[in-house]
Amino acid sequence: MKAQRSKSSSTLCDLALGESGILEEFDMPQSIAEHLMNLGFVPGLEVLVARSGPGGNPRVYRVDGTEVALRRDLSRCIAIRPLRTAEAEMR
Amino acid sequence: MSIPGAVSALKVTDGSPVFKTVAVVGPPNAGKTTLFNRLTGLRQKVGNFPGVTVEHHTGTYHLDSGHEVSLIDLPGVYSLNPKSEDEKVTVDVLNGEMPGAERPDAIILVLDSNNLNRHLILAGRVIALGLPTLVLLNMADELHKQGGQIDVLPLARQLGTPVALVSAATGEGLQAVANFLVATPRTPEPLELPIFGDPRRCREWAVRIGSHAAYRRGATPEWTRRLDSIFLHKFWGGAIFAVVIVAVFQTIFSLGQPSSDLLQKLLDTAAVHLSNLLPPGLINSLVVNGIWKGAGSVLVFLPQILLLFLVIGVLEDSGYLARAAVISDKVMAKVGLNGKSFIPLLSAYGCAVPAIMATRTIENKRDRIATILIAPFMTCSARLPVYTMVIAAFIPDRPVLGPFVGTRAIAMLSLYVLGFAMAVATAKALKSSVLRSRDVAFIMELPPYRWPMWKSLGLRLMDRANAFLFRAGTVILSVSILLWALTYLPMHNGQPPAIADSAISQIGHFIEPAIRPLGFNWKIGVGLLSSFAAREVIIATMGTLHGVDPASHAMALQEALKSDLTPAGAIALLVFFAFAMQCMSTMAVVRRETNSWKWPILQFLYMTFVAYAAAFVAYRITLLYWS
Repeated sequence: MKAQRSKSSSTLCDLALGESGILEEFDMPQSIAEHLMNLGFVPGLEVLVARSGPGGNPRVYRVDGTEVALRRDLSRCIAIRPLRTAEAEMR
Repeated sequence: MSIPGAVSALKVTDGSPVFKTVAVVGPPNAGKTTLFNRLTGLRQKVGNFPGVTVEHHTGTYHLDSGHEVSLIDLPGVYSLNPKSEDEKVTVDVLNGEMPGAERPDAIILVLDSNNLNRHLILAGRVIALGLPTLVLLNMADELHKQGGQIDVLPLARQLGTPVALVSAATGEGLQAVANFLVATPRTPEPLELPIFGDPRRCREWAVRIGSHAAYRRGATPEWTRRLDSIFLHKFWGGAIFAVVIVAVFQTIFSLGQPSSDLLQKLLDTAAVHLSNLLPPGLINSLVVNGIWKGAGSVLVFLPQILLLFLVIGVLEDSGYLARAAVISDKVMAKVGLNGKSFIPLLSAYGCAVPAIMATRTIENKRDRIATILIAPFMTCSARLPVYTMVIAAFIPDRPVLGPFVGTRAIAMLSLYVLGFAMAVATAKALKSSVLRSRDVAFIMELPPYRWPMWKSLGLRLMDRANAFLFRAGTVILSVSILLWALTYLPMHNGQPPAIADSAISQIGHFIEPAIRPLGFNWKIGVGLLSSFAAREVIIATMGTLHGVDPASHAMALQEALKSDLTPAGAIALLVFFAFAMQCMSTMAVVRRETNSWKWPILQFLYMTFVAYAAAFVAYRITLLYWS
């Protein structure tokens, strides 16, 4: 089972509710990226779209044991490698 | 053979503390404040460091031996990055570079034992500062309940500092703090430190340290997920949110107003007794009319303010407010703000002062200032008595929509809508011009739901009560005394003048040309002037002015008002109150929170201008249709 590797095309925003991916890169000002990393958004970790708020924005992500809400425009700046559902279940 | 770092192995001295000042450091939501409250109880005070708006608490911890240690509760930090204001304060205090704060000789680091993979990174950075450090792994009860575990001794060996598993909520394990404070200090040995710039390697380091200590995180409590699936539900989330908001208002009005009224009655009764106790004359009048009534006009708002803080405190501590911010974010984004502004704006319906203090949770400075600037447009409780009085005096009560919704209710509702609409318009204007921020990042951590703890809520309420009474009270008190003096001057043969000859009347007549276009006479002018101290003061002022005036002496205030205002003038007055910044306490708190006079002065000028212009328009329009 091979996960697709398309660095620039997939962002956190593209994941549907219940899907997960591996964090890769942050395309945003350093201070915001650092704040995200302090909250557990560290490249290499798995992130799951846990919930979608009323109206679908912001959404709640589960990463490293905590839940964090982000707007779609910010999640679009976070590059990820999507995990297939089966692969996510195995992890 | 001692085990390096283990609490039990520390050499205990004769019971006198080896540290005088100890800083309490930790990430947000790790239970730092709960621990601090438990250790210091009521022996704490709040302060701001000079030059920054970051608040900190200091308190005293009593050892069994009777000795005292001073504890500083620093703002919650995720890391020690001097770029953020909160974190810079923490770094400066720990390095002894904060003027006005003593350099701590030791650190108590509070971490959430359910989040050690993240929090141990902070531990690495704090320990690297080289001060003797005690690491407390808090919420041990939750860790165990949720199936997690950790061995303290290997972790202490790895970190080179004493480590203890504690629960600040239950008090479990806190003997470790006493032991640490009297033990021979141990400067931590140089750690194999994480590479600071690289978050991935920092985390790898933290995970490695944790795994040496057999660390296993507990699962997220099942009921947090269950509650979130309701509170953040696509449909029910919004519905519950609306119910919560209505309940907050309902609580404040249905419980707050009667308690304020009761307090007002008690104060009035006390004033009568006080007046009887003192010999009649100047002193009597100063104490009763100047000081007592002045202080009373502030005091009556205390129940509502405390109630508001209690309700918001319960919502905050339970974890719901974080969800409310998520739900309201979409709407707030439309005016250029984010969900974090929602909470302060909600509080502003009670009182702008606590609302402005609550903007501290907004990280983005421009968003925070925009929120501070629009908060006073929300219809606060001090406007209510003014609205009620003027509406009752001038607007005939006729049913409009059935028996329950009449003209008066609609007038009141329109004033609420008016304030809200102006807040939205102002926010939009600010956020698309001077306070535009490109990188609006709404990042909201959702902590697990918890039961609020009454002790820590109570301490916060006391804090707020003190701040309100002393900071705001002093300003309003001086204005009341000044106003009183102005009705008493100039004296003739030791007698106060007739109201028409008093200094206050001269001031009123002096400003009359400026307010005549709005349909106000000099008495309303004086009332307006006095209401800049606090809105509701206008009622007391009008009472005094008509009380000493033989022409209107016997009338009820509502009747007497009709000699001052035409219906058009009354509408103008209502509109003026909806927009004007008539509150010294708000200005004082804006000055404190923005750390400059620029914003409160701009805000004052802007709101007064809007109020004047809108009142003028309202006056002219009403004259056309209803005169």
